[in-house]
Amino acid sequence: MALYSEKVMDHFRNPRNVGKIDDADGIGEVGNARCGDIMKIYIKVNDGIITDVKFNTFGCGSAIASSSMATEMIKGKPIEQALELTNKAVVEALEGLPAHKLHCSVLAEQAIRSAIKDYYDKHGIEYDKEMFPDFDEDEHDHGEGEE
Amino acid sequence: MAQTTKTIYVDNAATTAMCDEAIAAMTPYLKQVYGNPSSLHTAGQVAKEALEAARARIAAHLNADAGEIYFTSGGSEADNQALRSAAANGLKRGKKHIITTAFEHHAVLHTLKKLEREGFEVTYLDVHENGIVTPEQVKEAIRPDTALVTIMFANNEIGTIQPIAEIGAICRANKVVFHTDAVQAVGHVPIDVKAMNIDMLSLSAHKFHGAKGVGALYVRRGVPLNTFIDGGAQEKGRRAGTENLAGISAMAAALDYVCGNMEKNAKRLSALRDKIIKGLSTIPHSKLNGDRTNRLPSILNMCFEGIEGESLLLLLDDKGICASSGSACTSGSLDPSHVLLALGLPHEVAHGSLRISLSEDNTDADAEYIIKSVAEVVEYLRGMSPVWEALEKGEKPHLL
Repeated sequence: MALYSEKVMDHFRNPRNVGKIDDADGIGEVGNARCGDIMKIYIKVNDGIITDVKFNTFGCGSAIASSSMATEMIKGKPIEQALELTNKAVVEALEGLPAHKLHCSVLAEQAIRSAIKDYYDKHGIEYDKEMFPDFDEDEHDHGEGEE
Repeated sequence: MAQTTKTIYVDNAATTAMCDEAIAAMTPYLKQVYGNPSSLHTAGQVAKEALEAARARIAAHLNADAGEIYFTSGGSEADNQALRSAAANGLKRGKKHIITTAFEHHAVLHTLKKLEREGFEVTYLDVHENGIVTPEQVKEAIRPDTALVTIMFANNEIGTIQPIAEIGAICRANKVVFHTDAVQAVGHVPIDVKAMNIDMLSLSAHKFHGAKGVGALYVRRGVPLNTFIDGGAQEKGRRAGTENLAGISAMAAALDYVCGNMEKNAKRLSALRDKIIKGLSTIPHSKLNGDRTNRLPSILNMCFEGIEGESLLLLLDDKGICASSGSACTSGSLDPSHVLLALGLPHEVAHGSLRISLSEDNTDADAEYIIKSVAEVVEYLRGMSPVWEALEKGEKPHLL
């Protein structure tokens, strides 16, 4: 379908890192079913490195592809680097998303940040609260960025 | 999930393939008979005769008179012209109230939204969980200043058929103009504009194996129709522009074809439709949208809890199944279908919808393949859905 790039379709058809981690060190869930997309990301952390990451997503093709791509981009990376992942980087790696689907990439970025925050909270690791503006359950950002 | 090369097209409510009869009827008007029906010379007059012959044939299938058929570019234009005209003529007599339903096609709803901004008041009747409005609702909503009632014949997303004859009788008794968007119904179910007291009716050729870009508006003699496109005197001055004779000829032939096979096809497609409904209903936490029986033979629409419709469609496409999540006109929108919301479905459930619209080309084997494929894809998507997980763990109650 011409709606999406080959890259998006590849990650949608063959999503990487689908699943759950039972003993996850951090879990992040963002979005809501009312809007049509929810992402849940599980991370395993060792020595500050994200050694494993899995996701479960309810959503459209671009939501699943964004989850897949974003998890690929942080796997094996130091937490600090994962925190720097932007929705724009996800969109670029996917070779673009239609304008009305950009919010999917925003959700992916937020889900990762939310999982890292959960990891910090659960492990008593101190962090700058301003790094994590609250993730509102009902109103998620429908996104800005480039097509 | 694996891709396949086979194609099963079950999106006939979006558009259909042209039938051989329509293609054969169209081709002479592309090159041999290419005159302009408005020209005085022989070539023009031959074209004019063909145009009027097509008009008479189309009228006959609706039990209308040829003079009551106005050709348009399709269903949307017919809806726009009908509503605009009825509103303007109502306004002349101080009538500024319009009655419709909450689940009309956007060609109607968006025109009404504009009319609201221009000062009209619109009553949107509830269509209930079964997707059917009652004649009593219409009767109760009619006021002395009601200019128009516009209610679709059959819904394009869920296929439910409205009590058009009863509504027509109420409108006629109250001297209110009654328009129906019959785009999904024409050629699929019998329509008699006289017996059903229909004042205006929109139809579109490509929904019944005609060509895209051509349709018609029926307007009962005596009901005023305003000019929609200014220019030449075509369509008795109501719609200027050289007529799409090839498309119109194809439309007449397509209508002959579908009406000639209506009974046979309705019987077979209803059985096929019911087989798919039965098969898909075995998927846990699924729901048929709209009344079980009072529906077009060709359309079914179901929701599956815990998944999102676009993913379902894309994966079905990979399996060679061309279906829809609702109306093709709104894909690209983030909101779930306004039709499903009008039935009272919660947003989270309405996101997971699938519309299957059949044609006579579909077979029993198609139905079996569809049932199997949808079940597989739903299970796969639920397997990665955090919504489904929460439902299954009992963290949230199942809604279906």
